[in-house]
Amino acid sequence: MNELIPDFDFQRVVVAPWASDFQGNIWVVLMGFFAITACGLVGQYLVLRRMALVGDAISHSVLPGIVIAFLLLKSRSSGAMFVGALFAAVLTTVLIEFIQKKSRVKQDAAIGIVFTSLFALGVIMVSLFTSQIDLDLDCVLHGEIVNVPLEFPFVQVAGLTLGPSSVVRMAAVSLITAVLVMGFYRQLLVSSFDPGLAGSLGVNASVVHYALMGWLSVVVVSCFDSVGAILVVAMLILPATTASMVTDRLPWALASVPLQALLSALGGFHLATWLNCAIAPAMVVASCGLFALAWIFGPVDGQWAKRRRRRANALPDAVLDPFLGKS
Amino acid sequence: MNNTVPLPTPHTPGPAPTDDIPLEVHDLTVAYQKKPVLWGIDLVVPAGKLIGIIGPNGAGKSTLIKAILGQVPVSAGWVKVFGEPLKKNLRRIGYVPQRESVDWDFPVNVLDVVIMGRYGRLGLFQRPRREDVDIARACLDQVKMLPFANRQISNLSGGQQQRVFLARALAQEADLYFMDEPFAGVDAATESAIIGLLQELKSRGKTLMVVHHDLSTAKEYFDMLLLLNMRVVSFGPTEQVFNNELLQKTYGGRLTILTDVAEAVKQQS
Ligand SMILES: Nc1ncnc2c1ncn2[C@@H]1O[C@H](COP(=O)(O)OP(=O)(O)OP(=O)(O)O)[C@@H](O)[C@H]1O
Ligand SMILES: [Mg+2]
Repeated sequence: MNELIPDFDFQRVVVAPWASDFQGNIWVVLMGFFAITACGLVGQYLVLRRMALVGDAISHSVLPGIVIAFLLLKSRSSGAMFVGALFAAVLTTVLIEFIQKKSRVKQDAAIGIVFTSLFALGVIMVSLFTSQIDLDLDCVLHGEIVNVPLEFPFVQVAGLTLGPSSVVRMAAVSLITAVLVMGFYRQLLVSSFDPGLAGSLGVNASVVHYALMGWLSVVVVSCFDSVGAILVVAMLILPATTASMVTDRLPWALASVPLQALLSALGGFHLATWLNCAIAPAMVVASCGLFALAWIFGPVDGQWAKRRRRRANALPDAVLDPFLGKS
Repeated sequence: MNNTVPLPTPHTPGPAPTDDIPLEVHDLTVAYQKKPVLWGIDLVVPAGKLIGIIGPNGAGKSTLIKAILGQVPVSAGWVKVFGEPLKKNLRRIGYVPQRESVDWDFPVNVLDVVIMGRYGRLGLFQRPRREDVDIARACLDQVKMLPFANRQISNLSGGQQQRVFLARALAQEADLYFMDEPFAGVDAATESAIIGLLQELKSRGKTLMVVHHDLSTAKEYFDMLLLLNMRVVSFGPTEQVFNNELLQKTYGGRLTILTDVAEAVKQQS
């Protein structure tokens, strides 16, 4: 037992990481925080629109885009890969929509068709061009968050050192996401709740749809080369579902996302320190922990609250007795 | 294809409004996957009337409303609202969709839903103003739902959900309303409250087009009826249109219950 799970040593797990290597670790936690915030905010609308798995699809189908960008541009720069991945991501959402609209194929099946095909295509390309591709696919699809602080040189603006480029990029993406979600709150709300009404209110539901898909692509692609695909897919879904157990007002659900992001990023980081395991999956596990708590204790849809409500609403047994002929 | 339906005869002389014909539909054809569901629809709808849209399941009633509102692509024909293309007069249109068309587990409360009716009047980034909230509350009060303003919408009964949709349409402060089965799943008391509300709107000069399934009440509720089954079977004042022959034509062979209704109608008149 002791060999599998190390003892929980408060000093080693909680204090030491910050005392010894604050500079390195803060970037890891911040990266997780920003990535989870961005994914969680966009994911809220995916979940509401019953499109939770589109993010999953995108995170696989970017592979051929990355390979093609690499072959065409002969560059391993993250800029080139970003463009390739983004292109493939947008293509994925358009194809899913196209198949679904033009036939009876339902959305879940359309998602399954598109991303498996594109992923397979990507795998074939990789094996065809292995000789020319010096591409660490593991790193592309399952990037490791521990590498984040090692990205030198740090981004500098006006003589101010901001931080590693991927963290700065992620911070920008999640800030823009928050601004978009707040600015277009009404348009997103009405087109998700009642697309039919949206039209007669002057909100073009399909423009909102494609904008959401486009921005989802940006978020997914800018996350996963540094935090890994599991984290992205999980974080598109988990914060929204956790929030749905806790609140039934959309603004509160959205506001809970950064808080959940902070708790998951910090909790995951310390969990990983404790267990000596990979950090990004540990953040996912921490977020699952939040979900489990909400599932049990959430005041709106938690099991405990529902049970208490059932008890409170049940008639005392004796009330019905006179009507049932008992005395 | 000339063995069918007579074109709507131009009844209703009325005060002959000039540009103020709320709705004009010309030769509208809609097809889903090449199968036409509406064919050559011609309508000129006069102002200040409560109009029932009647026809069997699958007749294209919902599709007609969606086509007029630009939610489904039309294959031919055009629609004018208050003498102009739809886009120009969006603010003058209110819409009550079929209740099943939305997800009632959505994390919003009753007031949030009614405030949506005000969105058409807000600028791109503008938040709902005090006055919008007040109007939304007043509309909730009109449908007797104000006590439920802060209730999550999934904790409402079907009839209450229907009233929330109605309040939202009222909040749109429109001149021309489309309502898709506002009486579905509503009890008798609520139904008569709603019809009272619709009549009040009418008396203020609004035009209302209401999809309705209950032939036994259609006659007393509506000033005019649109009998629809892929084509316009007939459109005119209720007393001229609501007769055995035209109802037979509308409902085709499926007339088991309907013959009874028609019999009753005959005896009444
Ligand atoms: N999205 C769609 N794709 C294909 N066919 C459709 C679609 N929506 C409706 N239809 C078909 O169009 C026809 C008209 O449908 P519509 O919903 O307008 O009928 P309705 O008169 O409103 O019926 P109901 O009384 O059942 O509400 C039906 O035959 C239906 O099968
Ligand atoms: Mg219908």
